[in-house]
Amino acid sequence: MSTMPYSTKQEHIAMPSEKHESNRSAKAFRTKKDARRYWIILISLIALGLTASYGLLVYNNPVPVSSPSFIPVVMRRVDALIAMLIAAVCHSLATVSFQSVTNNRIITPSLLGFEALYSVIQTGTIFFFGAGALINFVGIGSYLFQVVLMVCMSLILYGWLLSGKYGDLQLMLLVGIIIGTGLSSVSTFMRKLLAPSEFDLLQARLLGSVNNADSSYFPIVIPIILVIAILLFFFARKLNVLSLGRDVATTFGMNYQASIIYILVLVAVLMSISTSLIGPLTFYGFLVATLSYQAAPTYDHRYIFPMALALAFGILTSAYFLMYHVFDSQAVVSVIIELFGGIIFLIVVLRKRSL
Amino acid sequence: MIKLTEVQKQYTEKVKIGPLNIEIPKAGFTSLIGPNGAGKSTTLMMIGRLLSIDEGQIAVAHMDIGSSKSKDLAKIITILRQENHFVTRLSVRQLVGFGRFPYSDGRLTLEDEAIISKYIDFLDLTELENRYLDELSGGQRQRAYVAMVLCQETEYVLLDEPLNNLDIARSVQMMEHLRAAAKEFGRTIVTVMHDINFAAKYSDRICAMKDGQIAAYGTVEEIMDPEILTSIFETKIEVIEGPYGPIAIY
Repeated sequence: MSTMPYSTKQEHIAMPSEKHESNRSAKAFRTKKDARRYWIILISLIALGLTASYGLLVYNNPVPVSSPSFIPVVMRRVDALIAMLIAAVCHSLATVSFQSVTNNRIITPSLLGFEALYSVIQTGTIFFFGAGALINFVGIGSYLFQVVLMVCMSLILYGWLLSGKYGDLQLMLLVGIIIGTGLSSVSTFMRKLLAPSEFDLLQARLLGSVNNADSSYFPIVIPIILVIAILLFFFARKLNVLSLGRDVATTFGMNYQASIIYILVLVAVLMSISTSLIGPLTFYGFLVATLSYQAAPTYDHRYIFPMALALAFGILTSAYFLMYHVFDSQAVVSVIIELFGGIIFLIVVLRKRSL
Repeated sequence: MIKLTEVQKQYTEKVKIGPLNIEIPKAGFTSLIGPNGAGKSTTLMMIGRLLSIDEGQIAVAHMDIGSSKSKDLAKIITILRQENHFVTRLSVRQLVGFGRFPYSDGRLTLEDEAIISKYIDFLDLTELENRYLDELSGGQRQRAYVAMVLCQETEYVLLDEPLNNLDIARSVQMMEHLRAAAKEFGRTIVTVMHDINFAAKYSDRICAMKDGQIAAYGTVEEIMDPEILTSIFETKIEVIEGPYGPIAIY
């Protein structure tokens, strides 16, 4: 390339090539090999997720298949599985979208203080109103209250820092991190003053677990998530442009400010729904997003989203399966995800030497 | 035609740009020159609607930058900045393909693919088209970005220091490409340039800026004047007649 003599360049300039070979294409995958690899990984992950789900539903069922109580046991397990699916959808879509609009692949929406706010609400309830209040702080009303509070907080943050004279995404992230850290310090302080029995009760709420999920919320939560997921998939081509940065997106005629706020609101709703339903899963979304960029050799969100979803569901279901049936423990799955996920993450990043 | 009327941008009491009044005619190559901090890039960004203006009006092809729809403007004017955030797992061809976004909304037709091929070949990127951007040198990446904005097929193309990161041979090639684009495709190209001699050799017109004001604007012969250049750059500059036109010696 670099040794090409100058004279040939001039000829080249005089005759720009008009011909177009059909094998040249700017589609989502560079080569057929990349595309094949993508589909193989995606199908394997879906298979893994389905196998683990099937295992979670029927493996080690204490009653035999012929017994009339077999189905009720499975139904109880279905609830946990639906909660896993909700967590998978929320964290994968929210983290990928968030990283694309912020042009930053080492942060997650958890940074904006959703989890800190959740922990302040829970801790505050027990701190000010006692253990009884925390036990009674369930039900659709209090659930929606938490979701609305979290979405409002993020709307104020975006509205204040993304429009008007500030108009700076990095500043918003920084303020979000500071608010998040401040809120967690407040809840840490309150926790220090709790009685050990109250603390124990609280601790169960503050570790993310699908067993926290109450199936009576599903009829509200599932339609909302479905709508947001569809909106994000429809926005995927525009997300591709947004990931090129503010200047390039503006040059291509996108309303950058409005698009960013639109995506951030969707992310805020997803994160709030998942955090209030299941509890904080700080590392999960980040892990899923990072692994899906490695597994999907493309920039195109229409392909990154399904990969992230399949990965998220596969990781969560296999982590639960491992925990219940291999380690035979009822511990909290976020521990497993962070342990194994962290190891896999380090292996992938160190082997590829890039994010 | 790009027309600036009483355009002002105020940062602080002392740091302000304008009022600027200038008309850049359609077709041809215009270079903005001037010392650091003269407001060249700011002016370019205001024309390219990346930076809002405080007062005045900017019209490109009789469309007001402030009030026209961004989507419509994207088919008329494009701007490339010096530094671009680049995405991993994005190949040269896919990047250039983004240039078709204002027309296709991301759904590339066969016609779009043919246009993409045309500009990739035009900028000698054919062999690199399937490389990811992070596998390229700075200069190759620069050419890929230029191919992207040319692929947008806009009448007006604004480039902020397109020769950044390029060695002498690549700079010459880039300027040849840009001048060819201006000539063959009838584009109006406006660039910010640091090298006066590059600007003199390839431009049709030069606009010199100093302290947020337009100090001089005219043809290459008019601006390549030792007195004008010396006062703009506050350095002793001589101009001699070279084989390809005037050359500044400093």
